[in-house]
Amino acid sequence: MIEYLEPLINGILLGGLYGVVGIGLSMVFGIMRQVNLAHGELMILSSYLSLVFLQVLGLHPLVTLILVAPLMFFIGYLIQILLFNRVMQRGMEPFLMISFGLSIIIQNALLLIFTPDARSLETAMVIKGVDVFGLFNIPLIYLVNFTVGALVLTALHQFMKRTYMGWAINASADNETAAKLMGINVNKVYAYALGIAAVTAAISGVLVGMSFTFYPHSGTQYLIIAFGVVIIGGLGSLPGTFLGGLVLGVSQLFGGRILGPGFQLLSGYIILLIILTVRPQGILGGR
Amino acid sequence: MPEILKVNNLSKSFGKVRAVHDLSFKVDQGEILGIIGPNGAGKTTLFNLISGEIKPDAGEVIFNGKDVAITQTFKKCRMGIARTYQIPRPFLNMTILENLLVGSIYGAGKSYKESKKQCVRILEKTGLSAKSGALVGTLPLLDRKRLELAKALATNPVLLLVDEVAGGLTEGEVEEFLRIIHGVRKEGVTVLWVEHIVMAMTKGPDRLLVMNFGRRLFVGRPDEAFNSPDVQKIYLGDED
Repeated sequence: MIEYLEPLINGILLGGLYGVVGIGLSMVFGIMRQVNLAHGELMILSSYLSLVFLQVLGLHPLVTLILVAPLMFFIGYLIQILLFNRVMQRGMEPFLMISFGLSIIIQNALLLIFTPDARSLETAMVIKGVDVFGLFNIPLIYLVNFTVGALVLTALHQFMKRTYMGWAINASADNETAAKLMGINVNKVYAYALGIAAVTAAISGVLVGMSFTFYPHSGTQYLIIAFGVVIIGGLGSLPGTFLGGLVLGVSQLFGGRILGPGFQLLSGYIILLIILTVRPQGILGGR
Repeated sequence: MPEILKVNNLSKSFGKVRAVHDLSFKVDQGEILGIIGPNGAGKTTLFNLISGEIKPDAGEVIFNGKDVAITQTFKKCRMGIARTYQIPRPFLNMTILENLLVGSIYGAGKSYKESKKQCVRILEKTGLSAKSGALVGTLPLLDRKRLELAKALATNPVLLLVDEVAGGLTEGEVEEFLRIIHGVRKEGVTVLWVEHIVMAMTKGPDRLLVMNFGRRLFVGRPDEAFNSPDVQKIYLGDED
């Protein structure tokens, strides 16, 4: 039994990270009924921004978030105002196309500026371990990932429930026409929403950058993880996204332990496939 | 009484259908103007044009002396134009009170404290006080209709557009809405009211605007309207 405790705990902790990776995608879908294919690139863009601040200012990767998060909010806000708001009323395809184009542009810009070399946000947390009952070691970074993930989700949940902007976002998501009639500037609300989604991308980008190496094209890989998380948990549901992260993380590590390391990714997506078959709306998804 | 709304030569077509065709009328402040007409007469299109959901092909909508024909909906709401829908459009995942607060904070631009006070008053007026904490998803039709009206009132309207609030309600319930709407008017709000139910339209409005094929067929007191041969013709059909 004890041999399975390690992949279970590691899986849960990894799942916390996957949860933050998925939140931004889930939010945009929940609020605007649109799929932002550039979400992975927004994450990796944040990783590189953090790298720049880390090298220029000598800050700890987590501390660079003080700069990266507001910057990404602004970038998200602008993307929505300048690009996405133009096509919101025209169904899903134009939004998909624009966000896909945006992902290609960001990827190639990163390639041009930072070269295709592997990078990482170096921190001692990767090497340090936490002892679990003297049985095995958990990398400290995994604990950090999970804690930050849980914090981000809680903060976002409270924001949506308690602030005026949260209400306006909820109202616009619920019924756009009615929201406009209640004096809500829906375009601006969507811009805030994408800004917030970009902040979650910033946070997950920095966490991912500290935990693993990244390349200019890594965004796609995380977009796929985000899709997995969001589909397992239920589209648009915040608690579902976190739960989806946990399920994906645990099934990956269990698959890796039982079937061998090569099966880690595959086993995660087999679980995804099973959930899609049994419960297509996701674990906590409505309708 | 000064006029609050003036519609001048307003037109809107969808393809070949002229939903609203060269329509003009005036509404005085504090008046209740009922709007009737057969299905497809352009009543709801007229409301959509006034509230800003669609833009007219031609003509003016003058509200408080300003042409607002192409002003965005949320701005119109902040200027004081509110509307309700025939099929209520509440925010389902919020409580009744939160539904109103959104309008009060964003539409009327009030602080949380003022908003709360105002919303509690509106809930009393519309008979929803006891359920203010309930999620909207759980409400029956009558309460949803009340909420639809309450939500519009929360934005502090000068001009209230009411779209078929009485449809699907019993006579007693319609009477209650009549009382609520007359109460709203007493506070100085001007009301435009589209309705199919004749009982509500004879007792409610000060004047009636009768529309047919997007045009104005008749404007005048309700009893005059229902006695007019033109109006009787479109409602009852030709004698022969």
